[in-house]
Amino acid sequence: MKALLTPLGRIAALLASDPEASRVVPPTGFAARLTLFTAATMAFLAVFALALALASGRLADRWADALARTATVRISAPPGQMGTQTEAVLRILRTTPGIASARAMSDIEQRRLLEPWFSPDLPVETLPLPRLIEVTETRAGTDAEALRLRLAVEAPGAVFDDHTRWRQPLVRAAGRLRLLGWTAVLLIGASMAAMIALASNAALAANAQVIGVLRLVGARDIFIARAFVRRFTRRTLEGAAIGTLAGMGVVALLPGDGPDGFLTGLGFSGAQWIVPLLLPVLAGAIGFAATRWTAMRMLRRIT
Amino acid sequence: MIELENVSHSYGGSELLCDMSLNLAPASFHFLTGPSGAGKTTFLKICYAELHPSHGAVRLFGADLAGLDRDGVARMRRRIGVVHQDCGFLDHLPLRENITLPLLAAGRDVAAEDRNMAELLNWVGLTQRADALPPQLSGGERQRAALARAVILSPDVILADEPTGNVDWEMSLRILQLLIELNRMGKAIVIATHDMNLIRAAKTQVAARVLRIQDRRLYLAGADL
Repeated sequence: MKALLTPLGRIAALLASDPEASRVVPPTGFAARLTLFTAATMAFLAVFALALALASGRLADRWADALARTATVRISAPPGQMGTQTEAVLRILRTTPGIASARAMSDIEQRRLLEPWFSPDLPVETLPLPRLIEVTETRAGTDAEALRLRLAVEAPGAVFDDHTRWRQPLVRAAGRLRLLGWTAVLLIGASMAAMIALASNAALAANAQVIGVLRLVGARDIFIARAFVRRFTRRTLEGAAIGTLAGMGVVALLPGDGPDGFLTGLGFSGAQWIVPLLLPVLAGAIGFAATRWTAMRMLRRIT
Repeated sequence: MIELENVSHSYGGSELLCDMSLNLAPASFHFLTGPSGAGKTTFLKICYAELHPSHGAVRLFGADLAGLDRDGVARMRRRIGVVHQDCGFLDHLPLRENITLPLLAAGRDVAAEDRNMAELLNWVGLTQRADALPPQLSGGERQRAALARAVILSPDVILADEPTGNVDWEMSLRILQLLIELNRMGKAIVIATHDMNLIRAAKTQVAARVLRIQDRRLYLAGADL
């Protein structure tokens, strides 16, 4: 934390330092306007990348949490034994540690599950469907292997499915989406740094005469660099603040967070709205570092 | 204060200055003459470390230029006031701020120097022009302002490159008078000029040595002046 606060403190001190010193650089210029525009655009895009990262993170957590605590027992048995085996399975489940609740799905519920595939007109009651038992586990979970062994002994037609097979790819996909979002944030930050470095390089080149005069009067490299760094850091902060607020406004106008939907949930939730507000600070730090590096590097090349 | 020992300078493969030596003493007064393109400006640039010589040694106030880092060179430049023919002002800043630039660069409190600044502006006769922008000034005003900026840190040496190149004779004499006053205060002065009348006018008031750059070498000029 201290390592983070030190550079931020330096940036704050720079912005609060003698504004007269930064007046040595002419106040307007194409490079300065370019920096403002770049910072605003990049911050705007970064808000969406951040929203993607956070929303997919929420989705991954939600899927992992919800699916991790649900399971299904499927009973395939001759019609005469279905009732007995269902009772046996429910009895086993009630006495199994880690099982919060278990309930046999009714025929109507099972029919509803099949409707999307077979249409409502199909008489599914004529099909030899297995009985499904919906299981909810406690937060601690249950020993799936032990349960499978008990079921195999007492209800041979029952198969315990803890959703691992299809839960993992979903959680993995959501995790990758989250990684993609953060990668996009990083790439946007790197692009911003590159563009600000180019803009400050252009500004330094355009102000060669100013640099020459400052050198002549005994200015050290750090004094000259600081004048440019202060200007560019301020422009980056301003641009990023504009872009961030615009991006947050657009995100706020997106459809709300639905119960299961992803696209409807692209945005920030609760305290997450604070996170994009850090973008201008981060952009300012990028502007500071990029301009300082460029300026010192360029000044070293000039006698 | 400024010592050059067997200094040569080449650029783009051709030698511009050859085997030059000079020891600039405190309170000395030198004119530097020579035909256009002889290398007077290059010589001055080596004196205030804007250029590094290809060969030879430069010592600024006892310190070897080769051993100075960039900050060290900047600190040395604060002890050398430079006046250019084109003045080198920042056109977006008023004259007052251009003159106080060396204070700002040296990290001094500009506001605390208000009284000195007023005296300085009065000395160069620019009190009424303090808030004007450089492009609004005449040639003579610009040269006097450049001189004010050159002396604001009270340097030990003043190097002036054609300070009267763009002004009439009357203004030339006025600028010369200011430089002679500085010399009487103990400053070493070097003026690069091709104006022989200016040198003759100076020699009536001050013991000036005349250096001449010819054929890439530095000579002490003879009695013809």
